[in-house]
Amino acid sequence: MSAKTIKVDYLARVEGEGGIHIRIKGREVADVRLTIFEPPRFFEALLRGRNYSEAPDITARICGICPVAYQMSSVQAMENALGITVDGPLRALRRLLYCGEWIESHALHVYLLHAPDFLGYEDAIQIARDHPAVVQRALQLKKIGNEIVAALGGREIHPINVRVGGFYRVPAKSELTPMLDRLQWARDASVETVRWAATLPFPEFEPDYEFVALRHPDEYPINEGRIVSSTGLDIAVHQYEEHFFEEHAKHSNALRSVHKDHGSYHVGPLARYNLNFDRLPPVAQAAAREAGLTNVCRNPFKSIIVRGVELVQVCDEAVRLIQEYTMPGKAAVPVVPHAGTGYGCTEAPRGILYHRYRLDEQGIITEAKIVPPTSQNQKQIESDLRQFVASRIDLPDEKLTWQCEQVVRNYDPCISCATHFLKLHIERD
Amino acid sequence: MAQNAKPRLAVWKFSSCDGCQLSLLDCEDELLAVAGAVEIANFPEASRAVGKGPYDLSLVEGSITTPHDAERIHRVRRLSKFLVTIGACATAGGIQALRNFHDVKNYISAVYPSPEFIETLSKSTPISDHVKVDMELRGCPINKYQLVEVLSAILNKRKPGISSHSVCIECKRRGTVCIMVAQGIPCLGPVTHAGCGAICPSYNRGCYGCFGPKETPNTESLAAQLTGLGVSDPDIVRAMRGFNACAEPFRKEGEAHER
Repeated sequence: MSAKTIKVDYLARVEGEGGIHIRIKGREVADVRLTIFEPPRFFEALLRGRNYSEAPDITARICGICPVAYQMSSVQAMENALGITVDGPLRALRRLLYCGEWIESHALHVYLLHAPDFLGYEDAIQIARDHPAVVQRALQLKKIGNEIVAALGGREIHPINVRVGGFYRVPAKSELTPMLDRLQWARDASVETVRWAATLPFPEFEPDYEFVALRHPDEYPINEGRIVSSTGLDIAVHQYEEHFFEEHAKHSNALRSVHKDHGSYHVGPLARYNLNFDRLPPVAQAAAREAGLTNVCRNPFKSIIVRGVELVQVCDEAVRLIQEYTMPGKAAVPVVPHAGTGYGCTEAPRGILYHRYRLDEQGIITEAKIVPPTSQNQKQIESDLRQFVASRIDLPDEKLTWQCEQVVRNYDPCISCATHFLKLHIERD
Repeated sequence: MAQNAKPRLAVWKFSSCDGCQLSLLDCEDELLAVAGAVEIANFPEASRAVGKGPYDLSLVEGSITTPHDAERIHRVRRLSKFLVTIGACATAGGIQALRNFHDVKNYISAVYPSPEFIETLSKSTPISDHVKVDMELRGCPINKYQLVEVLSAILNKRKPGISSHSVCIECKRRGTVCIMVAQGIPCLGPVTHAGCGAICPSYNRGCYGCFGPKETPNTESLAAQLTGLGVSDPDIVRAMRGFNACAEPFRKEGEAHER
C-alpha cells in the first residue's frame, strides 16, 4: 500500500514559527497536524503582579503585526473591570487607530503574504519584477495605514500612546486632516484591490463553517460588539468562557479553542463578512458585488477578496472619522484602581481577540487570560487541511504541499500570537 | 549567482513577536531598493524561497528560550559572516525574560493545562550569551530608520551612525521640555539608550525604557529622583523590569529596590 508524508518544516509568509505534517495512508488522510513550535512566552503568567496600567504595553508585545488589537482588547477589559466608559472623540480616535492597523495588516497579507500563492511566485519581491505597479499600490496602502498608527500611537509597531481611560495625548484636528487626501486615494486603491483579487484563480472549496465574530447595532465590528455565530449564538463578551474552551494538543505550543458542543469554528475576515455584510458601507458592498460576491462567502481562498472589501470599509471609515473629529478637552478619563474582574473582546485583523483580567484592590493583576484569533482558528485550519487533501489526494506532492501552505495562509495565521509556525509535512504510508 | 554577487541577507527568528523583522517590511519606501541591493536569501516571513548559506549578513530577532534554539543559534552563527541582533529580545532577553525572576514551572502551569507538553529553558537569554555578535540594534521594537542605516553602512563598508547616548539628548534635540522636571512625570529617559527619537515624552508620557540602558547609566541616581517624585519601591521594580529587565544595569537596580 502506498504511503507518504507531506511536510512543510517551516511555513513561510506567516508570522511566527510553525509547520504542517500530513500523513496519507493509501487513499486516506491518516493524520493532520499544524505544529506550532514558536517558543512559549508565558504572557498570562508574567502579567501577574503587574499594574493594570501596564497591560496595554505588555500585551502589545505578544504580536508585532497587530499590537493595536492587544492594546484595544486589554484597555477594554481594564475599563470594564474599573467601571469606566470611554466614548465620544476618544472612542472615535481608538477606532481610527484600529482602522490604521487593519489597513496595514490587510495590505501586508493580501499583497505580500497571500497573493504570491495565487500568482505562483515565492514572494512579493518577485511579483514586483513582473508587476511593479501592483506591489507599489500594496506598499502605499500599507504605508497610509502605518501613518495613521504612527500619528495616533507615536510609532507603527508597539505604539506608546494608548492608556486605560483614553490616551496620553490627543491630536489636534490639523494633525489628522493632512492624511485625508491619501486616505481617499487608499479607498479607491482598495476598490481596485477588490477588482484585482477577484481575477485570481480560486480552488473549489466551501467547508460548512461555523463563523464567529462580533456584531454591533450600527457599526461594522472592529472595537466593540456582542459575540455572535452563524449557528445562532448571541452572547455578551463576559459569557465567552461559558461557551468556548481551550484544549492543549501535544504537537503544539498553542492552545486550540473549541466551541462547546459544536467543535471547531472560524474567526476573521470571512466570519465578520458573513455575519455583518449589512453593516458594510455602500461603497464596500458595491465593491463586493462587483467582484461577484453575495452576502455569503464560504470559500476560504476568497478571503483575499474579503480582506480587500474590509480595506474599502476601514479606509472609508477612517476618512469619516477624521472629517467628524473634534479634539476632546481631556486626553483620558480619570481612573481610580480597585478590585474587579473585566472582560474585553475586539476584532483583530485576524479575528476576535478575548482578554480577561482580575485585579486586586490596588489595581495589580492577579489573573490574566488571553485568547488570540489564531488559536481559535487552529482546529479549523487542521479541519480545512484534512478536507482539502482528501479531495486532492492524487495531486503531485510538490503541488499539494504548496496548496496546503495556501490553505493555512488563507487564515493569515499569527503563530507568534497563538503561542503564545510553519513546517508542512505530508506523509504517505 | 556568481556574475551578480550581491551580498546575501538572512533573517532569523527566535523567541519574539516578529515586530523587529516586520520593521524591514515596514520600510515601504525603501523595501524594493533594499531588495535590489542585496539578495534576500532567507527571510521566511516574506518568502518561501530559501537559499542555502553561508550568508554575508544575518539579522537575528528574538531570545533563546528552548533547548532546540540554543543549538540552532550556533548553526546560524556558523552560516553568517556578519551577525546583527535586532531588538530587545535578541539583545537583552525581552519581556519573556521576566521568567528569569521566577520559577518557570509555575509559569508553565499558569498558562498550559498539560505542562508536560511544553519544552522550555528556565531562562530567556540574549543571543550574545550564546554566540559572538558583531553588532546590536536596540529597541522594542527597533527603529526602522536605524535598521536601514545599519544595512546601508554594512553594504558600504562604513561604520553606522548609531548613537549610544540617552533619550534625554533626543528630547533636547526635538525641543521637548523635560516632562520630569516641568510636570513631575516619572521618566526613564536619563538612563535609556537613544534611538526611538524620544517619542514618549513628546506624547506627555515618561520614557519606559524600551531601548534598554544607555552606556554608563546612573540608575541609582534616577531611582532616587523617582522616589522623590513619590514612586514606590514596587513601582521602581516594575519600571526596571520591563522589556529589557535582564539588561545588567536595569536588573541590578530592580533588585536593589526589592526586599
